[in-house]
Amino acid sequence: MSGGAGAQGASEREGASVAPATSGRLPVRRTAKLFIAGEFPRSESGRSYEVFSHDGRLLAWAARASRKDLRDAVRAARAAQPGWAGRTAYNRGQILYRVAELMEGRRVQFEAELADAGAPDPARGVEAAIDRWVWYAGWADKIGQVLGGTNPVAGPYFNFTIPEPTGVVGIVAPPDQALLGLVSRLAPAIVSGNTAVVLASEPSPLPAVSLSEVLATSDVPPGVVNLLTGLTAELVPWLAGHMDVSAIDVTGVPEDLLPQVEELAAENVKRVHRGPAVDPFSAVAQSPYEITALMEMKTVWHPMGA
Amino acid sequence: MGEIERRATSALEEQQRVWEYSTAPESTEIVRLQDRYGLFLGGRFVEPKSGRYFVTINPATEEPLAEVAEAGEEDVDLAARTAREAWEEHWRDLPGKERAKYLYRIARALQERSREFAVLETMNNGKPIKESRDVDVPLAAAHFFYYAGWADKLEYAFPGRIPRPLGVAAQITPWNFPLLMCAWKLAPALATGNTAILKPASTTPLTALLLAEVIEQAELPPGVVNVIPGPGGRTGGWLAAHADIAKIAFTGSTEIGKVLRRNVAGTGKRLTLELGGKAANIVFEDAALDQAIEGIINGIFFNQGEVCCAGSRLFVQESVFEPLVDKLKARLDTLRVGDPLDKNTDVGAINSRDQLDKIEELVQSGIEEGAEIYQPECSLPERGFWFRPTLFTNVAQSHRIAREEIFGPVLSILTFRTPQEAVEKANNTEYGLSAGIWTEKGSRILWMADRMKAGVIWANTFNRFDPASPFGGYKESGFGREGGRHGLEPYLDLDGGNGA
Amino acid sequence: MSKAAEIERNAPGLALHAPREASRLVARVASVDAVGLEERAASLGRRSIKRGSKLWALDLAIRAMDLTTLEGVDTTGRVVSLCAKAVRPDPTDPTIPPVAAVCVYPQLVPVALGQVEGTTVKVASVAGSFPAGLGPLEARLAEIRTVVEQGAHEVDIVLNRSLFLGGRYAACFEELAAAREAAGDAHMKVILEVGELGSYDRIRQASVLAMAAGADFIKTSTGKIGSSATLPAALCMMEAARDFFRETGRRVGIKVAGGIRASKQAVQYLVLVYETLGPEWMTPERFRIGASSLLNDVLMQINKERTGRYQGPDYFTID
Repeated sequence: MSGGAGAQGASEREGASVAPATSGRLPVRRTAKLFIAGEFPRSESGRSYEVFSHDGRLLAWAARASRKDLRDAVRAARAAQPGWAGRTAYNRGQILYRVAELMEGRRVQFEAELADAGAPDPARGVEAAIDRWVWYAGWADKIGQVLGGTNPVAGPYFNFTIPEPTGVVGIVAPPDQALLGLVSRLAPAIVSGNTAVVLASEPSPLPAVSLSEVLATSDVPPGVVNLLTGLTAELVPWLAGHMDVSAIDVTGVPEDLLPQVEELAAENVKRVHRGPAVDPFSAVAQSPYEITALMEMKTVWHPMGA
Repeated sequence: MGEIERRATSALEEQQRVWEYSTAPESTEIVRLQDRYGLFLGGRFVEPKSGRYFVTINPATEEPLAEVAEAGEEDVDLAARTAREAWEEHWRDLPGKERAKYLYRIARALQERSREFAVLETMNNGKPIKESRDVDVPLAAAHFFYYAGWADKLEYAFPGRIPRPLGVAAQITPWNFPLLMCAWKLAPALATGNTAILKPASTTPLTALLLAEVIEQAELPPGVVNVIPGPGGRTGGWLAAHADIAKIAFTGSTEIGKVLRRNVAGTGKRLTLELGGKAANIVFEDAALDQAIEGIINGIFFNQGEVCCAGSRLFVQESVFEPLVDKLKARLDTLRVGDPLDKNTDVGAINSRDQLDKIEELVQSGIEEGAEIYQPECSLPERGFWFRPTLFTNVAQSHRIAREEIFGPVLSILTFRTPQEAVEKANNTEYGLSAGIWTEKGSRILWMADRMKAGVIWANTFNRFDPASPFGGYKESGFGREGGRHGLEPYLDLDGGNGA
Repeated sequence: MSKAAEIERNAPGLALHAPREASRLVARVASVDAVGLEERAASLGRRSIKRGSKLWALDLAIRAMDLTTLEGVDTTGRVVSLCAKAVRPDPTDPTIPPVAAVCVYPQLVPVALGQVEGTTVKVASVAGSFPAGLGPLEARLAEIRTVVEQGAHEVDIVLNRSLFLGGRYAACFEELAAAREAAGDAHMKVILEVGELGSYDRIRQASVLAMAAGADFIKTSTGKIGSSATLPAALCMMEAARDFFRETGRRVGIKVAGGIRASKQAVQYLVLVYETLGPEWMTPERFRIGASSLLNDVLMQINKERTGRYQGPDYFTID
C-alpha cells in the first residue's frame, strides 16, 4: 500500500492503489487498525470504512472506532498517565527525540501517504513534521523554567509555581495536513506528561496509523498515545462528554459541532483548547503555549523560619 | 571447591578473608589510544606549528598514555582566526533548529560511546570508573541534549529580547571533570550560535580529544569547535588575549581566575569564571543522620574531593556531634581506595604530583595548627598519586584547613550551636560556591538557604548536578552561571549592540 | 512480672524502652531521607563480588535460608517433600549444605519436626494470626505457646499494624512483649510488613519497637500481600539494628522475605548486610532469607560458577 506506491500509483484508477511490479509480484496489502494501550486491535464493533486517495483510489480499510473503543482508549490513557508524568522531563524529552529518529526512518512511507492524501509537497510536509516533533521534544525540561517560577509574596514564605500536566487529553486532529497537523497537536500535548486519545483525520487516517506504528516501536510506554480512526462526527460527542478526559483539543472539530462540544465539555469542566489558525508551516504554529494550554499551574507555600 | 567446603563460622577473620569484591573488571581494550594526538583545528587533527608535544599520564600508575600536541602562539592565532571565519561563514546564520540537530548528534554519540569515554576519563584523570560511568559521561551527554533543545527557542529564554551570539568563545577547562566541563562549556556556546576553542587542562586532555573525534563524526562544519591543548599559562594566556575572541569561559583556581580578569580588563571581552570553593556542609541534630553521613562522605570524597563545590567544611550541631563523628569514622573505614578501574573503588588517585604535594602541605598545617587528624587504615598502591580519606576534628575557623581550598579528600569538622551561628560561620569566607543543609525541618531549610551566600545550595543532599540547574558562585568563587536557562546568558548579546 | 517490665529491669539501656515510654521511643527515632536511602541501597546493590567470594556468598545464602511453604493447600506430603529438599538441597552434591530452617503453618509443625529430626535444620512456625495479626490477643498468644510446646525452634509473628499505624504504641509494645514471653526460649522473629508501613521513617520506628520488645530477628514481609522485601527497606532495618546494637549491646538479626527469587538478589542483600552491619552478621544466627524458589536458582548459580555453563531448571529437583 505504501512504500514505493506513490511513484506507481498513476497507472491505477480503481481497485488497489499499488500496481504489481513488472515481475508480476503482488504486494501485501495493509490493514489499518486502532492503537490502544500499545496494541493494535480492530474495532470491537467489527466495522471499518474505506479510505480513498485524493484521486479516488481505494487505499485501505481503516477501522471505524466505536464509543466502546473510545471508552477503552480513555481507560488506557488514564492508567498510563501517572507513570508518564512521573518520568523525569529529561526522559520524556529523550523518548520524544527517539520518536523523531524513527519518523526519519519512515520518511518514504510518510511521503507516499501524504501524496495519496493530495499534499502538494509531501517531502516538505514530512520534514516539517519531524522537525516540529524535535522542537517540542526539546521543551520537556525547559517549560518549568520559562513558565513556572518563584513568586515574591509579602511575607516569610517561600512560594513557587510549577506547571503540571492536566491528565488525559482528547485530541481531534485536523482533517487535512494529515501528518503535520497531527504532530502539531500531539507533541505539545504529551511532552509535559499528559496522555492522549487521538481522533485521526477521517479522510486521511493513514499517516496517523503509520505514526502510531512509530510510537509503538519507540520507547513511548503503552497507553500514552491512543489513536482511533473512524468518523469524526460520530466519535467527537463521546470524547467531549467523557467524564474522565481532562482536556480536549478541538482543532479538528468542524465549526458546526463546536458549540455542542463545548456544552458537553462543561459537565466535568474540561479544558477546551483550539490550536492557532495559522499556516501550519509557519514558525508561530509551534509554541510553548500549546504545551501550557494543557497544563495546570500548581502553587506551593512554605514558611521560612529557623 | 575449597571455599565451599570451608564452613565459615562466625569468626570475624573468617568472614573478612572470604568476602572480597571483584577487582578490575573494567577492561581498557575499548579505548584505542593513539601514540600521538594532534590539535583539532578547522575540522581536522593537525600537527602543531609549535612542533612541541607533551606527555600525559595515568595518575594511578604514573604510566604515560600518549603524547599530545602543545599549541604555541601561532597555533592559537590560527585557531582564533579559523573559529572566527567558521562563525561568520558557517554557524552564525545557521537556523537554530539545524544547530540543534548537530548538538543532538553529539549527545547521542556520547551515549553510544559512553563506555569508551568513561574508561578513558578514568585512565587520564584517576577518578573511579563508577563515577566516570555513572556521573561524568551521562551528565555530559545530558548537557548536550538539554542545550540542543534551546538552540531554536532562544526568543523564549529572555523576555523582551532577541538574543544574538557573541562570536568566538575561548573555553579553558580544568582537570577535575575533564569531559563534563567540556560539555558544560561547549553545549551552551554552540546552542547559542557561537563557535568555540577549547583548551583542556594539561594533565587531562584525552577525553577532550576524543570528543573532538565525536564532533568530527557529527559532521559539524569545520572550525566550529577547535581543541588546542597546552599549558594554561601560555596557551591559555595567548588565547584569552587574542583579538578575535569575544568571550572567555574559565573554570579553575581563583588565583588564575583573577589573572584572567586582570588581563581582560578594558578589552570588552565577556568573561565568566567558575573558581574555587570552601563549602560549608551544615548538619542539624534533627537531620536524617544515616543519610546525612552518606551526604557528607559524598560531599568530600566524591572525585577524591577534587571538586570546586566539595563540602570541605562540615559544621555539626554540637548536640549531635559525638554520634555523628562516630558514624562518620566508621563509614570512613569502609571506603575503598585503589585502582580507579575497579568498579568497587570509592576513592581513586589524585590527579598529579603537584596536587598531591598541595594536599600534603595543607594536611601538615592542620596537624601543626592543632587540629586532630583521623585516617582509616588502608593500603595504598606503590606507584601513582594517592591520599587516604582524612578528617580533622578540633578545627577552628582560623586554621588554614578551614580557610584554604585543599582540593583533596580532607574534611575539616567544626561545630555550631544555633542556626544563626551556622549561617555566620558558613558565610565567613571569601568563597561562595556551594553549601549543604541537613535538617528535617522544611522552614529551617528555606530560612538558611535564604541567608547563605552561595550559588548552589543542597538541602538533604549534596553534589547533585543537572543540565537544567544553574551552577556558579558568589564572591571569589566566580561569576556567571552554567546550566539551565541562566546558562545561556553568558554566551549571548542581549543588548543588541554586538556588530553581528 | 510482665516481659516488658523484665526487659526494663534487666537491661538498663532499655529502660527507655518500657511500654509507657513507647510513644517517646517512637518519637525520637531518627528520620530517614527516602531519596538518600534508596540511592545508598542502589549503589551497594551494584557492587560486584569476586568469584571465590561469590561461591561463599551463595553457600551462605543456602545456609541462611528459611525454606518456606505457607499455603492453604500445604498437606503432609507437601511438607515432607519440602523438608527433604531442606535437608539435602542437591542429592547429587554432598557439598551443598542444608538450609537454616523450614517455615510452615502451625498445623504442619509436628510433621516438619519429624522430618528434620537428627539434622541441623530448624523448624520455624508462623504464629499469632499470621499474616494480618488481628485475631484476639489471647488466641494469638496461645498459638505461639502451642507451637513452642510442640517443639518449634523459632516463631515468626507479625507486628500489629493496626495498633502501630493507629499510633497506639504502648499497646503495640505490650503485645510484642507478651509474645516474647509466650515464645519462651524459642527464637522470635517480628515481621514488620514493610510494604504496608508507608514510609521508611515508619519502618525504622517499627524496627526499634520490635527490637526493644525483645525480638531476636526483625523480618521484612509476610510474603502474602503482594509487596515484597526491597533493598532500601532492608537497609533501613539494618541501620536501625546497627544503632540498636551501639546503644544496647544486643545484636538483633535481619530476615528478608518476599519476592526473593534470584541469586543476584540474595547476594545484593548480603552486600547490604556486610557493608552496614559487618562480618558479625554474616551468619545464619543473624541473617536469614525467607524463600522457596530461590534455592534452585542458587544451586544453578553455584553450578554455573563451577562449570562455566548456564544451567537449566530440569537438572534441579522441585520439591
